[in-house]
Amino acid sequence: MSTLMKGDEALEIDNLVVTFATDGGDVRAVDGVSLSVRKGEVLAIVGESGSGKTVTAKTILGLLPETATTSGMVMIGDDNVIGVSGSRLREIRGTGAAMVFQEPSTALNPVFTVGWQIAEGLRAHGKYTRAQARAKAIDFLTRVGIPDAEHRVDYYPHQFSGGQKQRIVIAMALVLEPEIIVADEPTTALDVTVQAEILDLLRWCRDEFNAAIVLITHNMGVVADLADRVAVMYQGKIVEEAEAVTLFHHPKHEYTKRLLAAVPFIGAGTIKTRERAAERATAASSEALVVAKDLVIEYQGHLGRGSFRAVDGVDFQISAREVLGLVGESGSGKTTIGRAIAGLTKITGGSLSVLGREMLGVRERTFRPLRQDIGFVFQDPATSFNPLLTIAQCVAEPFIVHGHAGDAAAARSRVDELLEAVQLPKSYGDRFPHELSGGQRQRASLARAIALKPKLLIADEPTSALDVSVQARVLELFAEIQREFGFAALFISHDLAVVDLLADRIAVLYKGRLVEEGIGEDILVAPKHPYTQRLLASLPVPDPVLQAKRREELHRLRGLEPAGATG
Amino acid sequence: MTTSSIAKPTIWSRLPLLRELKQSVGWQRGMLVAGLVIIAIFLLTAAFAQGLAPFGYSQLSDENGVFGAQLPPGGRHLLGTTVGGYDVLSRVIWGAQTAVLVIVIAVALSVFAGVILGLVSGYFGGWLDRVLVVVADAVYAFPSLLLAIVMSIVISGGRSGLFTGLMAAAISITVVFIPQYFRVIRSETVRMKSEAFVESAKVIGASNARVMFRHVLRNSTRTLPLILTLNASEAILTLAGLGFLGFGIEPTAAAEWGFDLNKSISDVAAGIWWTSIFPGTAIVLVVLGITLVGESLNDLADPRLRTRHRALASGAGVSDVDELEEDL
Repeated sequence: MSTLMKGDEALEIDNLVVTFATDGGDVRAVDGVSLSVRKGEVLAIVGESGSGKTVTAKTILGLLPETATTSGMVMIGDDNVIGVSGSRLREIRGTGAAMVFQEPSTALNPVFTVGWQIAEGLRAHGKYTRAQARAKAIDFLTRVGIPDAEHRVDYYPHQFSGGQKQRIVIAMALVLEPEIIVADEPTTALDVTVQAEILDLLRWCRDEFNAAIVLITHNMGVVADLADRVAVMYQGKIVEEAEAVTLFHHPKHEYTKRLLAAVPFIGAGTIKTRERAAERATAASSEALVVAKDLVIEYQGHLGRGSFRAVDGVDFQISAREVLGLVGESGSGKTTIGRAIAGLTKITGGSLSVLGREMLGVRERTFRPLRQDIGFVFQDPATSFNPLLTIAQCVAEPFIVHGHAGDAAAARSRVDELLEAVQLPKSYGDRFPHELSGGQRQRASLARAIALKPKLLIADEPTSALDVSVQARVLELFAEIQREFGFAALFISHDLAVVDLLADRIAVLYKGRLVEEGIGEDILVAPKHPYTQRLLASLPVPDPVLQAKRREELHRLRGLEPAGATG
Repeated sequence: MTTSSIAKPTIWSRLPLLRELKQSVGWQRGMLVAGLVIIAIFLLTAAFAQGLAPFGYSQLSDENGVFGAQLPPGGRHLLGTTVGGYDVLSRVIWGAQTAVLVIVIAVALSVFAGVILGLVSGYFGGWLDRVLVVVADAVYAFPSLLLAIVMSIVISGGRSGLFTGLMAAAISITVVFIPQYFRVIRSETVRMKSEAFVESAKVIGASNARVMFRHVLRNSTRTLPLILTLNASEAILTLAGLGFLGFGIEPTAAAEWGFDLNKSISDVAAGIWWTSIFPGTAIVLVVLGITLVGESLNDLADPRLRTRHRALASGAGVSDVDELEEDL
């Protein structure tokens, strides 16, 4: 299919306007966007959620819902995707432009084998016998780095890991050799170490297939790692477009500068941590609030299957006023530990003492009084508030439950103080959760967690659902409040850079085991365990030149050639 | 967040049906309006049956003498008279009252029991949940009409007056409907139980009762209006079916559409159409009206099924996308 040469224009968007009809009136999501992508080039579209970057990407494949009205021009080859007939659009999809989705586990149909799903695309665009389609599927699976593709072509999606699934989705996109690959947040759902591999694979797609790649992301590190050119979107408009190196080193627009400044990077927290350590040393009180000894948490298996050991013999300790950062990839057991401390998950072995009470075999009734002294901030602020209660009512819940106030109205003055402490205007108390933005909701969530002045706060990935710019503000606020209220905290995150900003000590969790623990400086500067080293090296930094060096380092650590180069 | 986009909802826009009416557009609005109009007429007829009906439901004669059986429409009897000598129009109008009663009793009985059972069962889980689910499934297998017949025999020995006939229909409908409410509320509760806001209530230290009633229940009742409307129409059909089978309400106790239909079977062959068409139409219209409202409520509650006005391409009056967090 690829008739274009490297450097030819593969996609041209001219003055694209997309308007959505919503319950609250019309919303202009994309407002006069003009872009072009050449073959063999990666264009990154960066912006926060709601900036219109995903809508722009979906327009390229004509995937917008019925409520959208589009005007302008999106040229793929000689076709204007806007206004082209349905049958022609189907021809363009796959051969002209293909899409790699954010969540590989939902982009694959669980009831068909991956081979069948790859062949599905082939059958839609030409005549293939069953054997030919299968051979081609195996070929592409091998090329994207799936080992033993001859057998695994008959596997179902659930038999692959998250990273492998994303490789398969990429193989599906590649198999028709499209001019353009639109990758919508292709690594957001993946762990950092896997993210690095997928980025390598996408880079290989660009070089090997000469594909034009439109990369949609909010992660500046990913942009620095992969993009040749960057377009920054803000409120539906492109505010800046430049070569990657130029953009990172000499950002022009105010918004771009702010975006880059908000990206957390390793080492930023070191000075703060030292100050805080000195402060705490003078305070002298160091009673241990949480002590875990040989902690084991198992999830009961279903009939005929053994139980799953999520946490396997972990020792740690959190002293008063101390922030412990718990880092690990998904499935490492870090959230389970947080939930166990809050009494949401039962522990099955070892010992976990929380505020002096042993959690092994604890009854909810005896633990409930202790809950006053434990605050919890959940990962997704969108779901952690009862949608039918106002923010003030939600924040007042702890007062009511523990008998400090009769109803929400009686607690209102204290709720107002809390909202002020987390820098939300008082009037926001009368709003409903959906009327607040993600960052505002997470602040309200923090207000609720500190309502009863707890001794211990558990924060489970509190910023992973937020935009970078918002994340920076929330982290700052968290540090401020921690200093003011003086609670101890367990800060759970998958992002080393975020943990580095806040934590006094860092514990690294890998497959349910604690592989390394120590103060931030030691772990981040001189990691001992190979997993920590890999984790650190996988973290992309927002600087294309520096990132290229780090990539080399990571390849050396992994001891292999760039992924996907097996074909 | 622009402040304009979160104007406080007025009292009117928060009333259940009016809010949906305002949201609706085009075809869906037509369905909803048609359903609402039919229901309004139905309710008004029931409420003012006394004034609307020319005669009583069990009236066989007036000052001008006996009505006479099977009179064709026209003259004193706009819709004719039945084989028993009743005025068809009056029977149809009075029948609306019986229908409203059976709907109210049946739905009121089943909705409370079903919701409480579903909430408790879904929230606590365990053996209680398993037992209740099995019982609910067993009841599902029971045909409601058969149950109604059994009930009717138990309560009144087959022939029944207004109260016993109503109760027979209502109780049988209740028994059959409880599992529906139970199932829906239970599955919603199970889903809600794992939501973060329920867990956040738990880590605050809220008691089970508080979590259940303050946080779970109100979030689990979204689909109730739909089942309510569907069950309401089913209740009418069951009552009509009972009446048709001869287990209904005596004509001297109350007017009932199903009973009249039953009595008109022999008329159909004789070319007497007015005794069956009018009560039949009444049943069809009421069921249609309630179903229309239920279906449109269902569509409107789901943002993916809800149709909207198309956005103006020119973008006149387009509101801005949310402001940046920093501008707060």
